[in-house]
Amino acid sequence: MSNKINNSMSLANPDALNITNTQKIALAIGAIGLFIMALALFNTNFPNKGLFLTLALGAIIGGVILYSREAYLNKLEGIKNDGVWFKSISSRGVLGWILGVVLTSFYIVLYFFPKYLGLGTNGEANSGLIGLFDPLSHLLSGRDASQWFVYGVLYTVAILAFGYKFILKYRHNRYQQLRTGSVMFFQLGFAFLIPEFMYVMNNDLPYYDLKSIWPLNYYIFDEWSVKGFLSTGNIGIALLLFGLLSIFVITPILTYKYGKRWYCSWVCGCGGLAETAGDSFRQLSSKKMSAWKLERWLIHTVLVFSVVMTVAMVYSYLGYEKNDFWLTRDVFISLVIGLLTVVFAAVMYFKRHELGKDAKMGAIGYAVVIALLLIMHFTGTTDQLFFIKSGTLRSAYGLYIGSIFSGVIGTGFYPILGNRSWCRFGCPMAAILGFQQRLFSKFRITTNGGQCISCGNCSNSCEMGIDVRAYAQKGENIVRSSCVGCGVCSAVCPRGVLKLENDSMKGRINPTEVLLGNDVDLMDLLNNK
Amino acid sequence: MEHIAIIGNGISGVTLARHIRKNSDKKITIISGETEFFFSRTALMYVYMGHMKFEHTQPYEDWFWEKNRIALKKGYVKQVDTNLKTLHFKEGDTLQYDKLVIATGSKPNKFGWPGQDLEGVMGMYHKQDLENLEKHAPNKDVCKRAVIVGGGLIGIEMAEMLSSRSIPVTFLVRENSFWNGVLPNGESEMINRHIKNHHIDLRLSTNLKEIVSDEHGKVKSVIIEETGEEIPCNVVGLTAGVAPNIDFIRDSGIDIGRGVKVNRFLETNIPDIYAIGDCAEQHEAIGNRRPIEAVWYTGRMMGEVLAQTICGNKMEYKPGHWFNSAKFLDIEYQTYGWVFSERSKSEHEVHFHWKHADDTKCITVAYHKDTNAFLGINTFGIRMRHDVFDRWLTEARDMDYVMNHLTEANFDPEFYSKFEKEILETYTNQLQTA
Repeated sequence: MSNKINNSMSLANPDALNITNTQKIALAIGAIGLFIMALALFNTNFPNKGLFLTLALGAIIGGVILYSREAYLNKLEGIKNDGVWFKSISSRGVLGWILGVVLTSFYIVLYFFPKYLGLGTNGEANSGLIGLFDPLSHLLSGRDASQWFVYGVLYTVAILAFGYKFILKYRHNRYQQLRTGSVMFFQLGFAFLIPEFMYVMNNDLPYYDLKSIWPLNYYIFDEWSVKGFLSTGNIGIALLLFGLLSIFVITPILTYKYGKRWYCSWVCGCGGLAETAGDSFRQLSSKKMSAWKLERWLIHTVLVFSVVMTVAMVYSYLGYEKNDFWLTRDVFISLVIGLLTVVFAAVMYFKRHELGKDAKMGAIGYAVVIALLLIMHFTGTTDQLFFIKSGTLRSAYGLYIGSIFSGVIGTGFYPILGNRSWCRFGCPMAAILGFQQRLFSKFRITTNGGQCISCGNCSNSCEMGIDVRAYAQKGENIVRSSCVGCGVCSAVCPRGVLKLENDSMKGRINPTEVLLGNDVDLMDLLNNK
Repeated sequence: MEHIAIIGNGISGVTLARHIRKNSDKKITIISGETEFFFSRTALMYVYMGHMKFEHTQPYEDWFWEKNRIALKKGYVKQVDTNLKTLHFKEGDTLQYDKLVIATGSKPNKFGWPGQDLEGVMGMYHKQDLENLEKHAPNKDVCKRAVIVGGGLIGIEMAEMLSSRSIPVTFLVRENSFWNGVLPNGESEMINRHIKNHHIDLRLSTNLKEIVSDEHGKVKSVIIEETGEEIPCNVVGLTAGVAPNIDFIRDSGIDIGRGVKVNRFLETNIPDIYAIGDCAEQHEAIGNRRPIEAVWYTGRMMGEVLAQTICGNKMEYKPGHWFNSAKFLDIEYQTYGWVFSERSKSEHEVHFHWKHADDTKCITVAYHKDTNAFLGINTFGIRMRHDVFDRWLTEARDMDYVMNHLTEANFDPEFYSKFEKEILETYTNQLQTA
C-alpha cells in the first residue's frame, strides 16, 4: 500500500478525463486574475489600484465558480472522484510539483522577505503586490495593507471560492455542505472582518482572531499581546478571558460532545483551507504505519515544545514579588505543574486500561514537561531561560513552528504531502483535542456490522492518513485522536459502512473476533482460548 | 509444524490465514497466480476510474505477511496429488502440504458465443482483466463504444467504469428489467431509469448473437439476437455471472459439482482438504442461500470458521441472517433478510414498496402474508444499520414493529433528510385502503 506514484497505466493518453471548453475558459479567467497580481508583484504601477484589485480577485473567484459549475452541475449528484489519480496536479505529477514549489516560495517570501512583495519599510508607501491591496485595506480599516493583510485576503478568497466548489461537489451531502458553509463563515467573519473592525473600534487592541485558540494561537499569551489586552480596558480583559475560557472550558465541553471535528473541520482556518482549496490533495496523505509512528512522535513533541514555550513566555514577564501582582513566578509555575498533574493523574486513573502501552509514553511525556519546567524555574534568571535569552526562544518557536511548519510545509506542500500535513504532524491544538477525543468524547465513526468490502475508498480519501479500512474491515468503530471528522470516508463508502456520530461512551471502542453476520458460537470461541 | 497450504489469496484465503495465525503457530503458505499480494477485488473498478491506485486496493502493507509469518507463493497450481499431499505448479516446482484449502474463487461465465475469445472481449474479475481493459479502452478515442453483455452487479460496474472515461456504453440485458431475477420490480425499474440518466444505452430483453472480428482478430462489432442489429464497438464486456474457478482439480479425485463439494464443516470428500469462498459448493443449500455463494462476506465468514476447525476447534459453517450490499452508479443498495423478486418469491411473501419522489431512493419490505412476520428489507439510497436488522430478524419482529421503529435503523450521515415518517404514512394508508 505504498503511495509510490506510477503514471497512469494508459498507453495512449494518461489524462483520460479531459476538461471541457467552458472549463478551459474558466481556467483562463482565473489565470488573468493571477496574472494581474503577478504584474503588480513586478511593480507594474496600475493607474487605478482599486479597479485592478477588484478585477484580479473577481477573475479568480469567477474562474473557480465557473469551473466548478461546469464540473459538477452537468452531472448527477454523487461521488465525483473520477480521474483524481490520473490528473497531474492531484497525483504528484509535474503540475503538482510546480504548484508545490510556487506555494512554498510564496510562503518563504511572505514570512521572511515581505519587502519583495512590496511592503513599504521606514514609513515608505507600499508598492508591488501589497500596494495593490492598499485600497481594500483603506476601505476596511483605514490603514495601509501589510503582507498579512494580503495573505488574509487571498486566504479568505481561497476558502470562499473553493468552498463553493466543494459544496457543489457534495451537493447530495448535507453534512459536507453545512460544515463547509461553517468554515467559510468563520474565515470571512472571525478571521478576516471582525479583527479589521475591532481595529477600527480600538486600534490598540492586538490582532485577535477569536476562533484561533491557544496553542494554535501561540502568541496570545505573549507579553506584547497580554499587555495590549490589559491596556485596552474592559474589552481587552474580556478578550483575554475569552482566550483562557476557549482552551480550558469551551474546548473540553464541545470536544466531549462532538469530538474534535467541531473545531478542526467546522471552525478552524487551517482546517478550512485544507478542506476547501486543499480538497483535491486529500488522497496524497500517507497511510503507512511508519507515517503514523512519525506523526505520533512529531505532533506530541510540538505540543510539549509549545506548552513549555508558552509557560516560559508568561514566566519571563512575571515578577518575583507578591506585592506587584498576585501571579508571581512561584505561584504560576506551581499552578501549571498542579494542573498538568491533575490531568495526568485523572487520565491514568480512569483510562489506563485503554491506553495500554501508550500509558508509558504518556508518563514519559508528562515527566519531560515537568522536568523542563522545574529546570527552567531553578535555572532561570530575569532575562535568560534555559540559559538562552527568552526573546530568542520565542522567536525560534515562532519561526520553526509558526512559520516553517504550519505555513511553508503545512500549506506549501499540499500537492506533495496532502492537505492536512500541518494538522496531522504539527498542530499542538490538534494534539490536545485529539488526546481528549481519544479518551473523553462521545464521537466515533461507527462501522456498519459486516458490510465492509475492504475496497479502500475510505482510507484513500482520509486526509489525516488514517487507514480507515483497517478498522472497518474488522467491524471496529474508528476512535482515533487524529480524526478531524471531515466525513469524506463516510461519503465515499460505496456500501454504507461508515457513519460519524456522537453516542454514549459505552461500547464506543468495540474490538470483535468475528464480524456480524457469521453465527459462530462466541462461547465456543472463548472457551477454546 | 503442520503446513497449511491455501490456494487463492482472495478474501476467503486471506481471512483464513489471518485467523489461523491468530490462533496457532502453524506454517501457512498462500498461493496465487494472479497477484503477489492480497487486494480487494471489489475495488478494481475504482482503479480504472482513477479514484485509487492499484496499491490502494491492498488492505495490508507489504511487510504484514512476513511479520505474521504467512508465506506468499506466486504461481498457478496445475495439479493436486492428494495421495502424496503435493501440489504441482505450472512453473514446474512442487509444494508439500499437510492440510490444503482451495479458495480459488470464480471466473467469468462464457456461454459459447461466437467470437467470445477475440481480442477486446473480456470479463471484469481478475487483475489481468483490468489491465486488459486499460489496454483496449484507455479513452474514448481508442474505444469508440463498448458493449456489455449481462445485467448483473459486475455489468453495471463495468458500465460505470467505462462511462467515467466518457466511453459510450451499450448495455445488453437478457431480462426485461435490470437484475429483476433478484430485485422486485419497483426497484429494478428505478435502476433502469437511473442507468439511462447516466446516458448508458440500456437494451432490455436483448441477447447477444455473436461477436464479429475485424481482420486482426480484434472485436469489430456485436450482433443482436432479436433484431439482427450490428453495433460497432471496440470492447465487449462479458458479465453474465461467474462460475467456480476449479478446472485444475478436475482429475484430482476431489468431489466436484459446479464447485468443490463441501459439507457444513467445509470439508471435501478427501481428508485434510477443504474448500471455502466462491468455489465451494454446499451439498445442501443452507436456508434460502444458494449452494454456491459468490459474495464477499460469505467468503470472509467461511475463512473465519474454517480457521477454528483447522486450529482444533471444529466448527460448523453457520451463516447468520442474509445481508448484502452494492452500488448502482450513484445509488447505494443494502439488503437484510430475504426479499425475493416477483419471479422467485413464494406465495406467502408480500411486499410493501415506497419510493421517493426524486426517483433515487426506495425501500421494499417483505413480510409474511398470514403471520405478518418481517422477512427482509431492500433499501436504495438510504443507509440502514446491519446490527439493528440482524437483531430484529433474530427476535422475529413483525411488520408493524419494523415500520414503527425504522428510525432506529437509519444509518445515513448526520443532517440528511429523514424519510421514516413519510414511509410510515404510506404504509399506514396502504393498510387502510387494502
